[in-house]
Amino acid sequence: MAAPERVAAPPAASDIHTLSLYVSNKPGVLVRVALVFARRGFNIESLVVSPAAHGDFSRMTIVCSGERANLEQIVKQLQKLVDVVQAIDHTGDEAYETEIALVKIQANLDRRTQILQIAEHFGAKAVDYGQESLVLRVYGSTEKLDAFIGLLRPLGLIELVRSGKILMARGLEQT
Amino acid sequence: MTQKIPTGAERLVQALEREGVEYIFGLSGGAAIPIFDALVDSKIELVLVRHEQGATHMADGMARATGRPGVVLVTSGPGATNTVTGLFTAHMDSAPIIVICGQTLTANLGKDAFQEADVTGITYPVVKHSYLIKDPQDIPRVVKEAFHIATTGRPGPVLIDVPKDVGSAPCNAPFVDARDLELPGYRVPGRAAPELVSRAAELLRGSRRPILYVGHGAVISGAGKAVMALAEKLRAPIVNTLLGKGAADETHPLHLGMLGMHGTAYANKAVADCDLIFSIGARWDDRVTSKVEAFCPQAVKLHIDVDPSEFNKVLRPDLCIEGDARLVLEDLLPLVEPADTAAWLRQCNAWRRQYPLRYPKQGGLHAQHVLDRLNALTQGSAVITADVGQHQMWAAQFCRTTTNRHWITSGGAGTMGFGFPAAIGAKLARPEAEVWAVVGDGGFQMTLCELATAAVHRIAVKVLVVNNNYLGMVRQWQEAFFDNRLSGVDLEGNPDFVKLAEAYGVKGLRIRRPADIDRRLREARDHDGPVVVVAEVVKEGNVFPWIPAGAPITDMLIEAPKRKLEKPSGST
Repeated sequence: MAAPERVAAPPAASDIHTLSLYVSNKPGVLVRVALVFARRGFNIESLVVSPAAHGDFSRMTIVCSGERANLEQIVKQLQKLVDVVQAIDHTGDEAYETEIALVKIQANLDRRTQILQIAEHFGAKAVDYGQESLVLRVYGSTEKLDAFIGLLRPLGLIELVRSGKILMARGLEQT
Repeated sequence: MTQKIPTGAERLVQALEREGVEYIFGLSGGAAIPIFDALVDSKIELVLVRHEQGATHMADGMARATGRPGVVLVTSGPGATNTVTGLFTAHMDSAPIIVICGQTLTANLGKDAFQEADVTGITYPVVKHSYLIKDPQDIPRVVKEAFHIATTGRPGPVLIDVPKDVGSAPCNAPFVDARDLELPGYRVPGRAAPELVSRAAELLRGSRRPILYVGHGAVISGAGKAVMALAEKLRAPIVNTLLGKGAADETHPLHLGMLGMHGTAYANKAVADCDLIFSIGARWDDRVTSKVEAFCPQAVKLHIDVDPSEFNKVLRPDLCIEGDARLVLEDLLPLVEPADTAAWLRQCNAWRRQYPLRYPKQGGLHAQHVLDRLNALTQGSAVITADVGQHQMWAAQFCRTTTNRHWITSGGAGTMGFGFPAAIGAKLARPEAEVWAVVGDGGFQMTLCELATAAVHRIAVKVLVVNNNYLGMVRQWQEAFFDNRLSGVDLEGNPDFVKLAEAYGVKGLRIRRPADIDRRLREARDHDGPVVVVAEVVKEGNVFPWIPAGAPITDMLIEAPKRKLEKPSGST
């Protein structure tokens, strides 16, 4: 049986930032973006890259941690990259945010009901049933996922895969 | 009869010709042979260098002397990695250069093929932009984009990596116009928002002790005339950064010279006492601000920059204006009213009289004396490139720059070895100009193999080697802060630079005593061809004034201190 995954303590919430980038879909753009964060000692907590509505462009949603004071520089330096069309700091915005997690958990018969009750409460779906394990799929805000995983952890978390956060600005605001 | 379709390499060279390229600085190699082959039939002149780093600095010198990009052509692997220092140097100082690298075959990329280096990967942090061309049909567009990006907005280096098969394949893609480029993520600021310009005029109106702080942005945008007009209208003194030299005439009565770590005492005194400081394309670099919290904390701060990522980076100005320095100043001038600065100018001039730049004229040959005479003889008419170190600071202090693009040096990067090849590039770009490279014995030895390039191409640069047989700037720090425990600075065993020059077929002259200075400098000026003048200066000269790194600018040392100094808090 796999050892439970170790997870480092998360950084303080005030130093977590969410950025949305609209970039030209060119080779190397991800490296150029990543280097802006690395040079200033920022850690990328999650990064989602996907095709945008227009095929020549991609959307990046980046959750990063580092000192708030340095964020303005990072956004400007991202904006300065030739392949970055737009970089917006959405930290603290009212944007709609969501994330998906897949959770593999030890689930012997005696624990299975308890786990499924928690899952039901969070709207999670069991997507794989094994003799001794369950895979649950849950989506929602980062905080909801954190709470869900926190409840499952003592019950024997085996593996955890999170998609990273994606977001979209509300109304006609630009993401 | 069918017309022959050009190869990618030929198309590349044609595209360069269309950009007006006259010279390419290069060194050949296997992966770049198709491109070198295409140069055989081109009107572009190939300047064959002896080391790729030299090629980058030549292109950089050419770019800074003219504002037009310099072009480098090297092979893959080590040829390309040897350009990294030159890319970094150009990147730090916003110089437009285009570096074209040969690369292994597309099919071999990532397989550790012979002389394969991930050059785009290695250079990401030191370029403004870069390309790895996979499709030969992209060549005309990439060249157009590269020149556009390198030269507009805040200029910078662009790298183009060309796999050998891409250069060998046929390419008949049409040439592109700059206006047809699709670069949705690239913006070139021009004029500023009118409300910001009026706000600047308002802030200037309230000032009685204003100062104009002029940087490389003013040089690049050609804002010199507008700077002078603003200074004269406001009756405001001017200071400039190391790279801002030449934007405004340093011999003008309102000009106080260079500010910062080794700036004039009167410039720094004025900056410390001003009530308003107006950055015109200067980025509040640590050589200027030293201890940021103590950098004229009372003064209103204004900042014009074409690159908004410079705003609020080092300090938070009261007003930031995004735009081209010249265009912003031209919009600002009609809104500005003459200010009553008579008392302020009297004070600045009193400082100027009280703390002039000084140096001994006896007790051996002093570098400052040689540079002071070079200045007196050339009177700002020469283009001067400087390498990095003590001689650079002395040259900046004593060679007063009167004309834009007459002063070229590696500022941000502080790249030793830059000065001499940069002079070669400047001289090729401006054959009518007298071009002097002021170098130290340390930096000169990093790129002096280019003496062969100067000799073969008969490029009449004049090299002044300030030879103290030390890496003098570091020795100065060790003397002041490390109990004179000298480590890694003694260049005893230097070659005889005069004989060395002669070995390359370059004229060599020597200055041993103050009495030799004018005679030898005149001889060098009269010589039609490259010449090396070696000034054998006192070993232990130090640069003053001096603000120790990280100290408040009011802690400036005007001459050698009697007591031992604290170790500086700044990094270098």
